[in-house]
Amino acid sequence: MTTMAIAAAPRRRPPLVTGILPGFGLAMGWTVVWLSAIVLVPLAALAWKASGLGLSGLVALLRDARVLAALELSFGAAFLAALIDAVFGLVVAWVLTRYRFPGRSLIDAAVDLPFALPTAVAGITLAALFAPTGWIGLLLEPLGIQVAYSRLGVVVALVFVGLPFVVRTVQPLLADLDREVEEAAATLGASRTATVFRVLLPPLLPAILTGFTLAFARGVGEYGSIVFIAGNMPYLTEIAPLLIVIRLEEFDYVGATGIACVMLTVSFTLLFAINALQAWASRRW
Amino acid sequence: MATDETFPLDPPRPRALPVPPPIGETAPARRILIGAAIGFLALVLALPLAGVFTEGLRKGLGAYLAAFADEDALAAIRLTLLVAAISVPANLVFGVAAAWAITRFSFPGKSALITLIDLPFSVSPVVSGLVFVLLFGANGLVGPWLAAHGLKVIFAVPGLVLATIFVTLPFVARELIPIMQAQGSADEEAALTLGADGWTIFRRVTLPNIKWGLLYGVLLCNARAMGEFGAVSVVSGHIRGLTNTMPLQVEILYDEYDFVGAFAMASALALLALVTLVLVTFLEWRYGDELAGRGH
Repeated sequence: MTTMAIAAAPRRRPPLVTGILPGFGLAMGWTVVWLSAIVLVPLAALAWKASGLGLSGLVALLRDARVLAALELSFGAAFLAALIDAVFGLVVAWVLTRYRFPGRSLIDAAVDLPFALPTAVAGITLAALFAPTGWIGLLLEPLGIQVAYSRLGVVVALVFVGLPFVVRTVQPLLADLDREVEEAAATLGASRTATVFRVLLPPLLPAILTGFTLAFARGVGEYGSIVFIAGNMPYLTEIAPLLIVIRLEEFDYVGATGIACVMLTVSFTLLFAINALQAWASRRW
Repeated sequence: MATDETFPLDPPRPRALPVPPPIGETAPARRILIGAAIGFLALVLALPLAGVFTEGLRKGLGAYLAAFADEDALAAIRLTLLVAAISVPANLVFGVAAAWAITRFSFPGKSALITLIDLPFSVSPVVSGLVFVLLFGANGLVGPWLAAHGLKVIFAVPGLVLATIFVTLPFVARELIPIMQAQGSADEEAALTLGADGWTIFRRVTLPNIKWGLLYGVLLCNARAMGEFGAVSVVSGHIRGLTNTMPLQVEILYDEYDFVGAFAMASALALLALVTLVLVTFLEWRYGDELAGRGH
């Protein structure tokens, strides 16, 4: 092959695909076929349906008060929950990487529970716990705090769902932090608080932001863990994914597609932002 | 340092550090942080887990077990197993093919391909179901054609399988790509020079290297496939005994105020999650080095 290639074109361009192992055609072919059939073609169907709506239709949809309220709730609650996860996730990651105490590895493994537990199971359980007769609801009722069937319930469910994202993105970075930097800060007379906030936290910030964004993106689209605890009152505790389901049950495909498009646009922007953030962080640190 | 030293030239070796190490937190601060972390995790993780089993057993073991004898409950369990039995192997094959292409060859557009594989993770489960309704539903792109040929995808098992494959697509590929990237292709290339054919290289060289990572990905993929709710909820139509998977059965029972039934079914799913966590943790502990390339 090589002799022929040299004879035919001594200065040909480098090949598109390099690698001497066999099976590229089969592996790549199957990857592309499967990815197209399962992901790309169905998403194209969504774009096709949305194009029937047009930009003006999309704007009109966003003027609908119920749609707007649902999107506001989904984005707002996801933001708040991601913020809570960022704070507590950092504390959990810190404790798990820095300290040794009995039960540490058990707790470390348990952080992944929200990844493994089906959302519907989390949903009915949180609803039962926070209902006025539930374990936590009983304690909160005298204080006048109602979590179940309120917007607060949406935030609680999203805090549960988003926690592992922050812990698992911050943890490896925290473990890799050079202890010498802290020692240098300490020998230069920095107080521990100053060391933590001005020496340790800055390099962790991209990881915290990535975890925050992942938790936020997951929260915006979350459905199963919320619908049981939220109460699902239109304009009040109705999340955007639920409104999509309701529109579908009314056979309003176009309305459902419009909401889905807004959510997808935001998700993809976030995905892009995460990648950019990680690229920026890896250049900087 | 300490003030009670009488023989500074020969100080007794302290049993514990009398002052906090300069680069650690003080003992009280440490206790507060550990307490806050454990308290938060107990509230967010342990309490819900305990709640599932307590609610399921509220009316005793008899009622709990009776919930599984119900005909619809058994049908839901069978359907969940069937859906997972199709979608997990399908995505296993996809994951291996994608990882082989991506880590053993260089070609333009590789990072775009990796992003596309991750795409289902950033799509809301409800939207994942919606796209198949728009494609195969009664008013969908190919729905009328399917109806004319007597094929039913939406509100039937094929729709459930498709939606499940969509949401679980990235799991195996995501595990394998970093592992195979870290391992490099030197072993396979050596096998090639020794005259092994492609299938032999994969079976005898690659597979033994990636088997624990593969198992890790399959476990996560299976947990999601059996527990998926939003996407299958949209395409299922909730036909009792026919298109209800276990999570959908949980919803129906809960909405009918059959709390023991709902939590009994939910506890089975929670048990699956726990078993998955235990196995995954074991793999990380036992084969951490082989999984080290893994990035979450």
